[in-house]
Amino acid sequence: MKIYIPRDAAAKALGAERIVKAVEAEIKERGIDAQIIRNGSRGMIWLEPLVEVETAEGRVGYGPVTVADVKSIFKGDSDKALGDVEQIPFFAAQTRLTFARVGKIDPLSLSDYEAHGGLVGLRRAITMSAEAVVDEVKTSGLRGRGGAGFPTGIKWDTVRLAQGEKKYIVCNADEGDSGTFADRMIMEGDPFTLIEGMIIAGLATHATKGFVYIRSEYPDAIEQMEAACVIARDAGVLGNVLNSGHQFDIEIRVGAGAYVCGEETSLLNSLEGKRGTVRAKPPLPALQGFMGRPTVVNNVISLATVPVIFEKGAQHYADFGLGRSKGTMPIQIAGNVKFGGLFETAFGMPLGDLVNKIGGGTASGRPVKAVQVGGPLGAYMPVSKFDTPFGYEDFDQKGGLIGHAGIVVFDDTADMLGMARFAMEFCAVESCGKCTPCRIGAVRGVETIDRIAAGDNSAVEILTDLCETMKDGSLCALGGFTPFPVMSALQNFPEEFSTAKEAAE
Amino acid sequence: MTQAQPTPEAIGETIARHLHLEGPLLPILHDLQHEFGFVPETAVPLIAAELNIGRAEVHGVVSFYHDFRDAPAGKHVVKICRAEACQSVGANALSDHALAKLGGDWHMTTPNGNITIEPVYCLGLCACGPAVLVDDQLEGRVDAARMDEILAECGA
Repeated sequence: MKIYIPRDAAAKALGAERIVKAVEAEIKERGIDAQIIRNGSRGMIWLEPLVEVETAEGRVGYGPVTVADVKSIFKGDSDKALGDVEQIPFFAAQTRLTFARVGKIDPLSLSDYEAHGGLVGLRRAITMSAEAVVDEVKTSGLRGRGGAGFPTGIKWDTVRLAQGEKKYIVCNADEGDSGTFADRMIMEGDPFTLIEGMIIAGLATHATKGFVYIRSEYPDAIEQMEAACVIARDAGVLGNVLNSGHQFDIEIRVGAGAYVCGEETSLLNSLEGKRGTVRAKPPLPALQGFMGRPTVVNNVISLATVPVIFEKGAQHYADFGLGRSKGTMPIQIAGNVKFGGLFETAFGMPLGDLVNKIGGGTASGRPVKAVQVGGPLGAYMPVSKFDTPFGYEDFDQKGGLIGHAGIVVFDDTADMLGMARFAMEFCAVESCGKCTPCRIGAVRGVETIDRIAAGDNSAVEILTDLCETMKDGSLCALGGFTPFPVMSALQNFPEEFSTAKEAAE
Repeated sequence: MTQAQPTPEAIGETIARHLHLEGPLLPILHDLQHEFGFVPETAVPLIAAELNIGRAEVHGVVSFYHDFRDAPAGKHVVKICRAEACQSVGANALSDHALAKLGGDWHMTTPNGNITIEPVYCLGLCACGPAVLVDDQLEGRVDAARMDEILAECGA
């Protein structure tokens, strides 16, 4: 008998370790033969800790489980029973490609990984030329899942054709955007898929060394990735890759609490042991990246999606999606939402459906006021824009961005002027200091919003002008995109910026 | 984690463990902080000499990153997430509550040395906020009552 209890950080934060102890005690007391497997999370965070018991009828779920529920689960009369986990509507409605194994398998069992399609893609890629590997990724239409949406295949091709005695694959696991946790979930729930994706990137570009740069706020993901690399090395997946003669190894590196290091060039500086300041481009990291050598910098989800593209074929992947946004996206529904979690689906679902139909509206039961899509640099989308289909270009046209696909829901009590101020304050705290519009602009932005709050109407124009300067003049997305949340709050909720004035008058 | 002033030998041993890496500075600083609870000022010239870079350069790196401390923290470190997703479910009120209870502002350490309180921007628990990190233990859906318990358990 197998009992699954996630060791995902969210499950742990909601008490999974206490449940493990209680289940162990119950197993001992009943003297039964049962094994506890620490799987990843199924992504239905409102049901965590979600315990699954393997039965003849499939895996039966119970959640959210408290210690008091454990005895009744064993007795078979628990009121937390959910039936077959995969039939829960939130789960059943998804198209899981990247996250196909997360929650299902034991994340650190390589045999479990292989039994569920793992390494099929790598074995196929080994038989192909580097150029053919790159072409496959191009055909899939995969675009950078970190937020910028740059075509992954084109980036790989640049590195493939670059001259260099040593090339690198750097995985950006500095997932600092509020409302996003897909990188964390896949590293904790299916680490081998990231490893496999990085090896395939190595085959495509002749890179022999990979780094995974994980933020220090993710201790569980760091531990899991380190453990997975040791297992992969021992099994001959890393090193001389499956005896193919191709060399590839991976090193895990830990960030140090700087949000800006999620920007690829500051990440490279940080990796080299420097201050995490942004580099001017060109030169592109693809040509002069880590230590000045050709380097692929890809987000976790981009790389973790590569194995399924090679397993099922590029066309299979490209057949999902909308327009130039091909494939699926793991959308993270977060904040003040009833059914929060990770929902992987083809591009194209309207924003409002994600928030209201899938997410069930707010957790507080109050009306939705706005959602911030794409992290702290993403726009606040009002309910009037809820018909926007979830895709790169579609959001761009509506003055927003999908970023790393986090949706943070706010109810009608949200203070939009306060959120705009926070965006500037965050930018001031996290600015790397290299360019003036970001370093000085963010500080002035906070001051200007304080003036508006105090009733100075003329400051609105100054704020608008400041945002233009930051947008046009900043070196990277931190200063360049902070105007998105600020201006979207101002434009979509102007009354909140003038009521402050009236109240002061 | 000891809080006595580390000896140059101990610092040197820690540095030496990472010299084979490409770009070893961040791993060195993390390890020093892990060993000693902070990055001792006395380590700066030793690192500079080993890596053949300037002391100012090392200092610049140490001071750039939020994680590195130049003095030991309190016995327990409580980090409260201030990012948007947690704000949408009441993180600001929770932070105000905790700071008022301790009678200070972010980054303070209680006079008894038991608790240092810090902001953190996202712990990846965005669908179960407000999120808090107590030393290495994550907690989701923390309310004021639970925060009181946490602070009491840490010896506020």
